[in-house]
Amino acid sequence: MDITDFYETFFEEAEELLADMERHLLELDVDDPDSEQLNAIFRAAHSIKGGAGTFGFDVLQKTTHLFENLLDHARNGELALRRDIVDTFLETKDMLNDQLDAYRNGDEPDQEAFERICKILQQLALEEIGKGLEAAGGDMPQPDAGAKSEPPSQPAEPETGAEASGDPAAGTGASNDGRRVVALLGVGEKDRELLVEELGQLGEVIEHHGDEKRYEVVMESTVSDDDIEAVMCFIIDAEQLEIRAPGKPGERPATGDAAGDEEKAAQEAEPAATPKGAAGAASDEPPPASEAKGDGKPKPAAKSTDKPKAKAKAGSESTSIRVSVDKVDQIINLVGELIITQSMLDQTVSELEGPANGNLVNGMSLLQRNARDLQESVMSIRMIPMDFVFSRFPRVVRETAGKLGKEIELVTEGAATELDKSLTERIIDPLTHLVRNSLDHGIEPPEVREAAGKPRTGKLTLSAKHQGGNIIIEVIDDGAGLNREKLLEKARESGLNVSDTMSDDDVWQLIFAPGFSTAKEVTDVSGRGVGMDVVKRNIQGMGGSVQIMSKPGEGTTIRIVLPLTLAILDGMSIKVGSEMFILPLSAVLESLQPAKEDIYAMAGDDVVLKVRDEYLPVVAVHEALDVADARTELTETIAVIVQGEGRRYALLVDDLVGQQQVVVKNLETNYRKVPGVSAATILGDGSVALILDITGLHRLSRQKKEARRPKSATRSLESVTDNEMETSS
Amino acid sequence: MNQTTTDVAMAAAEAQNSEFLVFSLGDEEYAIDILKVQEIRGYENVTRIANTPDFIKGVTNLRGVIVPIVDLRIKFNLEKVEYGGQTVVIVVNVEDRIVGIVVDGVSDVMTLSPDQIKPAPEFGVTLSSDFLSGLGSLEDRMLVIVDIDKLLTSDEMALVEKVAE
Repeated sequence: MDITDFYETFFEEAEELLADMERHLLELDVDDPDSEQLNAIFRAAHSIKGGAGTFGFDVLQKTTHLFENLLDHARNGELALRRDIVDTFLETKDMLNDQLDAYRNGDEPDQEAFERICKILQQLALEEIGKGLEAAGGDMPQPDAGAKSEPPSQPAEPETGAEASGDPAAGTGASNDGRRVVALLGVGEKDRELLVEELGQLGEVIEHHGDEKRYEVVMESTVSDDDIEAVMCFIIDAEQLEIRAPGKPGERPATGDAAGDEEKAAQEAEPAATPKGAAGAASDEPPPASEAKGDGKPKPAAKSTDKPKAKAKAGSESTSIRVSVDKVDQIINLVGELIITQSMLDQTVSELEGPANGNLVNGMSLLQRNARDLQESVMSIRMIPMDFVFSRFPRVVRETAGKLGKEIELVTEGAATELDKSLTERIIDPLTHLVRNSLDHGIEPPEVREAAGKPRTGKLTLSAKHQGGNIIIEVIDDGAGLNREKLLEKARESGLNVSDTMSDDDVWQLIFAPGFSTAKEVTDVSGRGVGMDVVKRNIQGMGGSVQIMSKPGEGTTIRIVLPLTLAILDGMSIKVGSEMFILPLSAVLESLQPAKEDIYAMAGDDVVLKVRDEYLPVVAVHEALDVADARTELTETIAVIVQGEGRRYALLVDDLVGQQQVVVKNLETNYRKVPGVSAATILGDGSVALILDITGLHRLSRQKKEARRPKSATRSLESVTDNEMETSS
Repeated sequence: MNQTTTDVAMAAAEAQNSEFLVFSLGDEEYAIDILKVQEIRGYENVTRIANTPDFIKGVTNLRGVIVPIVDLRIKFNLEKVEYGGQTVVIVVNVEDRIVGIVVDGVSDVMTLSPDQIKPAPEFGVTLSSDFLSGLGSLEDRMLVIVDIDKLLTSDEMALVEKVAE
């Protein structure tokens, strides 16, 4: 097996870690950072570094290394966090994402960007950590040695853990009289000066000499070798550093190198195992290195605080496994087959008679229950909560709001609503676009809001909920709302065919026209007019639809309705002629046998059905889907009252067969989208039945009627009944 | 147009001898690349889909996968279209899609050398020579070698949804 086989695992894990990291960074309270969160961020960086090292992703490893060191100082309280520092961290996280993507695509990451981010991180390290040291120094009894030894006392904790178990000798090197020689290999003059200065902060530099190839600094310090290395590594690589006790050059070599080796060894281990191993070693058996440090330092408390951290690390071990979607789909297919076989058996058994078969019948019902449970569990594997999507929006909102100078509060509702994984992935882009749009065009600047008597802070709500067989995702802002006049004016300018009498809904839909933008000026957030049409297309591509509701001065709600393509559907099986169809049960309101006096013919061959003072348009399945042998006499059929996308109508079928759960099978996999049909399923006898699309069927029947009769009166009729519906519902 | 067919023929020549599955539509013999064939099964249990061209018979359940069934006899305007015990569905795999094609019968598998495959002449309207890899001559028999990939993904088959440009 080749190491590249593990790449994908690493990429996926790293991606998750980065997402985790971002979430924690965003939640971080800069004034009072939660140490657990800082630890979590640190751990994420550390794990990625380990993996990157193993797979030889140099740039990624170096970046995470710098990042990790900074984070380490932050979690030890030596780096006072500020908003801009967190921003830098976020930027670094993005950079890591980019690097990861580059490696994933088999490219080398952008060298320039890498150098830039390194510089920023090094700069930050030099400036901020120095400050932290001086601030801490005041409280310490031994200002010089004590304070300066304190900061780097813990940075390499996870490594020291590994070190302790692997090679205790490495640690003991640090506990001599404190004098040592630090050799810098292949370091340029400018960096040298900087490093010597930096070493001066850690202890007393006695002398320094040498050339670029090898530059030796003799210094006295109570700081451990690991810590010196950790600080130096902000500027140079571990390989460029050599630390040893003075006068014994031939002996146990530079601890710095040893530590480097240890670190590498730790990295070579399976990335996931690293934290656990290190944590185990650290808590079970305090490494000699930290023991020695504890003795020499006025702050032994540092040691005890490490233990809970280590334990927390072990506790947060992931309890999930990674499985490819293909495998899950295969299981789902197989379980579907199992259910079908079970139904077939069930049918056979139900035809048997006599007491002798009692056990068989019992067994069958047990099997049926188990099979259903199994199917439900399997289906739930593919479902992931919307939180997966929503969790990225705090960042988007924060950044966009910052750029626009607006104050915005983000509220998410229904983050636990589950949606098929393939859909969650595809909804992210359109949703991001809608959110940006709402922030840019919807919510007004604070001053305008105050003038309008609204709170300064705008509110953006993201909500998700299930409704029948659909998931409804809404982006709600409490901004200015859409401006009807402006939209119409703009539409005329763009040469679109509009009229003043258009309904609000139709006007709102204009924003989805290609190249349409009402923003006065183009910002880098939105306003180019590219996008809303793409958003709509994307959502339609997923089989969904977009609706807009807007009230001037009160805000806009954009509602995305998505079907759950891969799911079990509660279906009602119906028969038309000899053909069997499935109706989504969620769309079915009631069914009845039409009485002759309730049927009204209108404008030729159009028919409405009166149901409890409501006039509903009638759609005959056999007409829409050309079923030849269906009953055509209205009073002999059954009218199923269905509702789809707010529209209610009566669907004429021949017979109701029963209710059953069906596995939704996509028609598009091997075929294409069919009007009036949303998907297919496999029935108990192994045959395929089509699942009807309530909204599509209505559209189809109208198209058919219009095709038959070019001059049609259906439209006016529709709108009458629609209004009727709204008032009565 | 002849250019493309000769190209295809030449491509086939490079691949040396190829194996073809021979099937009959009425009295005519056709052949397709055997590597495209997934399986052969009987014609049964096909669910009709409304509002589709008549040569699309519907969909069937192939071990949990919904597969469209195309009747090539209707597509090729054959006079006699009957469904009986001999009617066979060849399940082919083209561009990651599984499609079943209805034919009158499957006769055998043949190996054709490149020089047995002649370029197809310009045909009539029903079967454009675009969809042919060539004509295979085998003593007194002539096999129409169909480029099943091109045929099934073509616009006129309306099997594949073209992404709107």
